[in-house]
Amino acid sequence: MIKLNSKNIRIFLIYFFIRRLRVKMAAHGSLLSVFKSINPRWNGPLGNSVKIFGTTFTNHRNKATLTREHIPPPAKYGGRHTVTLIPGDGIGPELLSHVKEVFRFSCVPVDFEVVQVNSAMESEDDIMDAITAIRRNGVALKGNIETKHTLPPSVKSRNNVLRTTLDLYANVMHCQSLPGVQTRHKDIDIMIIRENTEGEYSSLEHESVPGVVECLKIITRNNSLRIADYAFRLAREKGRSRVTAVHKANIMKLGDGLFLQCCREVASGYPDITFDSMIVDNTTMQLVSKPQQFDVMVMPNLYGNVVSNVCAGLVGGPGLVPGANYGQDYAVFETATRNTGKSIAGKNIANPTAMLLASCMMLDHLKLYNYATLIRNAVLTTMNETRLHTADLGGQGTTLEVVQSVMRVIQSKGQLTAEF
Amino acid sequence: MAAGSAWRSLVSRRFPVSGSNRPFSELRWFRDSGCMVQDPTQFDVLVMPNLYGDILSDLCAGLIGGLGVTPSGNIGANGVAIFESVHGTAPDIAGMDMANPTALLLSAVMMLHHMGLHDHGKKIQTACFDTIRDKKVLTKDLGGNSKCSEFTADICRRIQDLD
Repeated sequence: MIKLNSKNIRIFLIYFFIRRLRVKMAAHGSLLSVFKSINPRWNGPLGNSVKIFGTTFTNHRNKATLTREHIPPPAKYGGRHTVTLIPGDGIGPELLSHVKEVFRFSCVPVDFEVVQVNSAMESEDDIMDAITAIRRNGVALKGNIETKHTLPPSVKSRNNVLRTTLDLYANVMHCQSLPGVQTRHKDIDIMIIRENTEGEYSSLEHESVPGVVECLKIITRNNSLRIADYAFRLAREKGRSRVTAVHKANIMKLGDGLFLQCCREVASGYPDITFDSMIVDNTTMQLVSKPQQFDVMVMPNLYGNVVSNVCAGLVGGPGLVPGANYGQDYAVFETATRNTGKSIAGKNIANPTAMLLASCMMLDHLKLYNYATLIRNAVLTTMNETRLHTADLGGQGTTLEVVQSVMRVIQSKGQLTAEF
Repeated sequence: MAAGSAWRSLVSRRFPVSGSNRPFSELRWFRDSGCMVQDPTQFDVLVMPNLYGDILSDLCAGLIGGLGVTPSGNIGANGVAIFESVHGTAPDIAGMDMANPTALLLSAVMMLHHMGLHDHGKKIQTACFDTIRDKKVLTKDLGGNSKCSEFTADICRRIQDLD
């Protein structure tokens, strides 16, 4: 029975204040420490969990989230996979329809469950339906969902909601120079691993005084360790020799300082991989002058946004680079720079390469390696040998021409194909 | 982000596009950085909050040749201003007459413009650019073998010729 005295009233006010901030991870820890310090009786019999008004705040960070637990293979009903498809806005729907066409033509055993998300609506029902579908299927391929600025600030970015709800903590992007694409810098081969769920994208802002807005950047030890471990494991898996952490810890001493410290801790467990760090502004300068020096880069959310766009620009533009978002249980594939491409939607000029390569990454994830290699090689042949380029690469080709060229290359390999 | 939208509405309200036909457009800054790398000539003046400015200014410095040639100024209220180069102290080459003075010199030119001494500023800037364009007397970071004093002397000679 809780007594209504001034001490407990203070505790309830702190509870509501922290609850309002909606900082789930930090709130659990802070709540636990707050309650333990104010009322130690609550800690003893309950161990690590505190029961308040029927909810249990368990410190589930104690679970071994850092070691890769076995993920069961995806379900194959009738020998076919089902993948959630979210068309999104702008060029997303047309590019994904081309992906479906290439899959149909190549007889890929994948069926798509299409879920539309209306970006103009304020309610989150659409995106929650999409999340349920992804939970059901485990894998998704998506176009970017537009975040309309005319909606009130309380309406969060749908893409962000999807990533945080499914805890897709690692955004992976592989930037490689393509021989058939003319760029200023050659021989670029950079893997970018970006923390995908916290940082500056926590959507925690408030205007305590009119005209003064505070935006919270959240960096947690657990998520930083997790992303650093992911980066080092991936580097080892791919035979890479160097991981660079990108930060601004000279200014954000606590936030980015924590991130850097976590990277250093994880690095000590991988003596075969060289670890160094670089401040984000110097990183962008080095990227545009000497990008060949970088191998694998790991960074918090906002810097990942910048660096991935700069790297995409270095290798030829946003139309070329695929991206993947990995979580413990789910994976979502999309273009790396997440552009909606509203200005070129419906004009048949968008570059389908990024989306097709993203679909190949998805096929690799589903362990359909043969199909993935077949389609990827066809796309790269069209890009490098046939050199049929869309307008963003300075060419004259349309989206449809590029896709048909890809399908012709697939057909020429002698594989079983459907009709054009 | 709300900070972004509040900032956007403030800028467009306080400084309405009037008089000359200068378009005001917003660009999501991550797309900006990608566009900057592919075609920086499409941009003219960029205004942004602190962190984005830090990152984008270094990115642009990398595009034009590095911090050794990039000037900057910090402008406050009532005309108070500090102009500085953005490169570091370079203790390894200090006192050896090897440093490239371009960044600090162009920062001084910005200062002259700020003070209203436009003619002098323009003269020094022209002389400096001509020296670099000529490629005869370049410091080591720009690919030459000359000393800092030789580079400066060449600029002074050109200023005299301009008079």
